[in-house]
Amino acid sequence: MITNRRKHIMVAITLIAPFVFIFALVFLYPTLRMIELSFTNAALIGSGEWVGLDNYRRLLSDSLFYTSLKNNGYFVLLTVVPTTVIALAIALAVNRLAGRLQALVLAIFFLPYILPVSVVTQIWAWMLDFQFGILQPLLERMTGRPVAVFKHPAWVMPTIAAITIWWTNGFNVLLFIAGLRNISPELYEAAALDGASRRQLFMKITWPLLWPVTALVLTLQLILQLKIFDQVYLLSGGGPFNSSYVLLMMVYREAFQLNHGGYASAVALVLFVLIMVVSVLQFQLLRIGGRK
Amino acid sequence: MSAQKIASQGWRAAVPASKRKEAKIGTRKIENMLLLGITLIAAAVWIFPLYWAFVTSIRDESHVVSSEAGLLPDMLNLSAYGDALFNSNLLTWYINSIGTSVIITVLVLMSGMMCAYALSQMRFPGRRALYAVVLASFMIPSQALVVTQFVLMNDMGLVNSWAGIILPQLIVPVVIIVYKQFFDAVPKEMREAVLLDGGGEYTLLFKIYLPLNWGITSALAIITFIMAWNQFFWPFLVITSENMMTIPVGITQVRDTFGVNYARVMAVALLGAAPVAIAYLIFQKKVTEAVMISSGVKG
Repeated sequence: MITNRRKHIMVAITLIAPFVFIFALVFLYPTLRMIELSFTNAALIGSGEWVGLDNYRRLLSDSLFYTSLKNNGYFVLLTVVPTTVIALAIALAVNRLAGRLQALVLAIFFLPYILPVSVVTQIWAWMLDFQFGILQPLLERMTGRPVAVFKHPAWVMPTIAAITIWWTNGFNVLLFIAGLRNISPELYEAAALDGASRRQLFMKITWPLLWPVTALVLTLQLILQLKIFDQVYLLSGGGPFNSSYVLLMMVYREAFQLNHGGYASAVALVLFVLIMVVSVLQFQLLRIGGRK
Repeated sequence: MSAQKIASQGWRAAVPASKRKEAKIGTRKIENMLLLGITLIAAAVWIFPLYWAFVTSIRDESHVVSSEAGLLPDMLNLSAYGDALFNSNLLTWYINSIGTSVIITVLVLMSGMMCAYALSQMRFPGRRALYAVVLASFMIPSQALVVTQFVLMNDMGLVNSWAGIILPQLIVPVVIIVYKQFFDAVPKEMREAVLLDGGGEYTLLFKIYLPLNWGITSALAIITFIMAWNQFFWPFLVITSENMMTIPVGITQVRDTFGVNYARVMAVALLGAAPVAIAYLIFQKKVTEAVMISSGVKG
């Protein structure tokens, strides 16, 4: 019996070993190493000297850090709530359709989500091209002249936010549709028999029952958009005048272009902690929401 | 119906019920048509960038930038595609993307399934701790780890290699969590029957639990593949030589010496997106199912 038990444990260890080993190698070790490096003046490759809290002191007096933090916050404001509202509206519209038409329309709204980011940015860079972009006549009508959107401090973040919404919205639409399908049709039938209006149906049935999904979408988006880098790097490179510079851009530039491994680790650790805190709050929030 | 409601609807009694119903259905119908129209217009707007990329890609470059070019496809010139396929590294990037994405998908599913089976069906010391780690690793932003992951890959000599692209992408905790849910739901009687017959845990996993869950396995495989294919940030950092790049990184390199060639840029972009787009259109239902299940909205 004891040998059986031992064999059982050995089998279990063999089964979990691949995951545990890779996790330790590419997640746990780099996390610990990042903490260590953030207290040194190391270059990207090679070790450095222990400098205590110097990197963090420098960070707190680095105006680029505050600019990045502010831009991250601005980007979150520009994307999280708008994409949730748009996704809900689209999901409600798609949910009314049936059969092949529904599948087709859903596919259209979801398709951008499965595109690689560089495909998305190249298509939109062409759509918004200063000289030949198909959208420039539209911008001209709005502002009186063509706008080089990725070189204009006021336009760059809203434009990247809009492109991001176009790209990632399909995912949120799917979540809302799943949520809508989970609402029993009998509730609507009963309410309709009582003569409820469309507005009442939405406010009294759809919205409250969909709230857990809405909370999920909001928090997932919040975490996702804090990690923004790809679109900004490809469309504006952080400019103009750092008006689209974000935290991950700072990590990238300090580490891979300026060869400041230690300082980059300190910035990365701040981002790491920020996202972990938001994630833990999200987890708690959803758990409380789920219990109700 | 409550008394209050009947009272409030009292005025309606003046109009015959059938007429009222007809009028109501009439306005509903108009509303429905209107909503359908808005939905279809929104869908058309949403798909327009892809449509426009396609129209651009099949035009002559001189026509692309001419003021006469309209919104409708008026040419069928595939030279930009030929150019993209044979005068750039696109085919090499395809091989790199397909190779790394397939390996990532297989390894993620294998390691995830095995780990999930142990967590779901077996008792061993540290089981709860491991599950806590899996749940917690959900929250770890891998983007914040790129600096030290790069240092690690450099130490192991894996910069500019497939292994370098693959390794950090092998942690996908959601695969474990989804598999565990599905394994938890398999009836215990099956397990006992196999054990009585002298079968071991491996027999159980590969002959019972896995075949019972082919549906979810294929769904997870498709989204893992799409995720791996679309990965930009990490391959962009770990690959510096052009012939090791994946599609999403490589296509940003296609530039011309004499200004931008828009037809070609769009052809390259569409060719880069084609494999995942086609995979999605074929397996649309599976992708939808996988997204819903892995986000926990529908179990």
